[in-house]
Amino acid sequence: MAEYMMLDGNAAAVQGMAMSRVKVVAAYPITPQSSIAERLSDLVASGELQATYMRVESEHSALSATLGAQLAGVRAGTATSSVGLALMHEICNAASGMRVPIVMPVVNRALASPWSLWCDHQDSMAERDSGWLQLYCQNVQEIYDLTLMAYRLAEHERVLLPAMVCFDGFFLSHSMQKVAVPAQAEVDSFVGPYTPKNVWLDPTDPVFINDLITMEEFTEMKYQMKEGFASAADVFNEVSAEFAERFGRRYCAAEGYMTEDAEAVIVSLGSMSGTVRHVVREMRSRGEKVGALKVTCFRPFPQKEVARLLAGVGRVAVFDRSAGLGAAGGPLFLEVKDALDGKAFVKNYIGGLGGRDVGASTVERVFADLRAAREEDDRAPVWCDVKEHPMQIRQVLRFV
Amino acid sequence: MYNEKTLAKGLVSHGVNTCAGCGLEIVFRNVLAVLGEDTVVVAPPGCVALFSGLDDVTNMKIAGYQCNLENTAASAAGIRAGLDALGNTHTTVLAFAGDGATVDIGIQSLSGMIERGDRVLYVCYDNEAYMNTGIQGSSSTPQGASTTTTPAGKSTARKDLIQIAIAHGIPYAASASVAYLPDLQKKVKKASRVQGPSLIHVHTPCPTGWLFPPAKSIELCRNAVLTAAWVLYEWENEKIAINYTPERLLPLEDYLLAQGRFKGLTQEEIAEMQQMIVGKYRRLLAAAEM
Repeated sequence: MAEYMMLDGNAAAVQGMAMSRVKVVAAYPITPQSSIAERLSDLVASGELQATYMRVESEHSALSATLGAQLAGVRAGTATSSVGLALMHEICNAASGMRVPIVMPVVNRALASPWSLWCDHQDSMAERDSGWLQLYCQNVQEIYDLTLMAYRLAEHERVLLPAMVCFDGFFLSHSMQKVAVPAQAEVDSFVGPYTPKNVWLDPTDPVFINDLITMEEFTEMKYQMKEGFASAADVFNEVSAEFAERFGRRYCAAEGYMTEDAEAVIVSLGSMSGTVRHVVREMRSRGEKVGALKVTCFRPFPQKEVARLLAGVGRVAVFDRSAGLGAAGGPLFLEVKDALDGKAFVKNYIGGLGGRDVGASTVERVFADLRAAREEDDRAPVWCDVKEHPMQIRQVLRFV
Repeated sequence: MYNEKTLAKGLVSHGVNTCAGCGLEIVFRNVLAVLGEDTVVVAPPGCVALFSGLDDVTNMKIAGYQCNLENTAASAAGIRAGLDALGNTHTTVLAFAGDGATVDIGIQSLSGMIERGDRVLYVCYDNEAYMNTGIQGSSSTPQGASTTTTPAGKSTARKDLIQIAIAHGIPYAASASVAYLPDLQKKVKKASRVQGPSLIHVHTPCPTGWLFPPAKSIELCRNAVLTAAWVLYEWENEKIAINYTPERLLPLEDYLLAQGRFKGLTQEEIAEMQQMIVGKYRRLLAAAEM
């Protein structure tokens, strides 16, 4: 039987990790992830979590130690944010290449510079090609649920890829919400014990892992990872169906809201997806045919589902919470644009950077702009809520 | 999981493709001979990766993985935690890295491992430069040595790894040399029994990088000890013990001038270095008597 708990996003992530019985935790504090590191150490100290807590000296070592522990044959965990994830970048690729299915909460925060403590998606987007599965959460319940699902997905023998469970710094990490938490036995039965499946360090049956690979086989090793991602799309649906059956909440890699007869839809990731739905509901009550599409699984990207859900929609706004500097648009935009393959007018909106709120009025302005946009006009992304004279702010002005 | 193509006498296959006269090969074989097969090794890229192998072939009969250049200690600490969580406290976790991966890019990770007290045996094979990438200088390259990034000779003194470890309060640390294998073996045995971090810092000759004839590896490293350019000592029970004290120190040039990397040194510079090295040796002797 599930009980309800009041948890903030970080506590929900810890609840998911602890109830999945991680045996080794290596953590390093960073705002806004720090309470994950603290809470895990509390649980280990109190004996509620039977695990070893490693107080490592950097995020680089946090992921390195987690990788070492999981290669030894146990479920291990860490969590990070922002520049901490950037510091892990090298080991992110090591973990995915060695096919070690670590599950890691990533509390989304802008990457310096300039320094920002607050939410955007630049940190995890910079890792989108690191060979990790990426799930984005809309609310605190999703953080808990998707953490449990991430273990099943990552550890599945047809997948064997690590997973980031991404959620918005402060908007979710420090937002207290009511969360349905199943009994430990139910979680045990769903997540199951950790079984190493590929290669691991067994002194009685030794194997040396991660040799130098020549051009003879390197491509094939990457091909195998590509196949892992392909399988992950199916496995996500299997795991999601089982999760729904057991716990009553169903997750989709991409989830439409009133998209069926919509003329205009906003595609989004993370906590702002709730706001978009709210605005869609309001606008629908005024008779406007609008909809929302939330992408939960960014890696692998649910290209077919996105195309199916947006079939017949004339105008699509893709809201990116990362700048996509130097590209034709933000990372979510590029994926959606490709998925739709010219079948809709797709426009990119960049906003919510460095903690700037994406409120209902912003969403309404996006819908208004999308409706008024002329297809033949400038295709450059629209930067939302930018101050009137952005080039007059700070020192850059003098040199541009 | 191994399919043994050729049988080797020890845990390391015969005919590993290290350079002729390689000191690392001697260190690696001897360390594994002492530790035995109940060992898990983690080693970064570098010359030691020649033992991990290529593609689906490996040169050792123990479990392990190749980590990244700067995370040998953190990786080993993680393995230890994982094995402990499985109830396996008997397997030795061996971190085996060169000087660059230890005193340069890996020093933070090593510092964390020692400070936390993680039970890992860390062996640093010190060939005093980045040999695998082509003899670039490291912070363990001795003063005066020419490398491809210190072509005129390194102008600063090397880091002192053992003293750094001692400053952390490590339970056991020792220097060793390929020229004194029984001493190395004894130290490995001792280190493997330490209930916490242990460090062995091994002087490892590299004919390719130091520019001397491959047949002279052992003789050269013996001369390093006989001139006090390398001192064999141990830190144990909060005390320093010198393991070998030559009756009379040989002149430093007996060691230096046998190597091409020091050929640019002037007599004055050698005299200065001799003074520095002997001074350090005397301070160690004094510390050992305390």
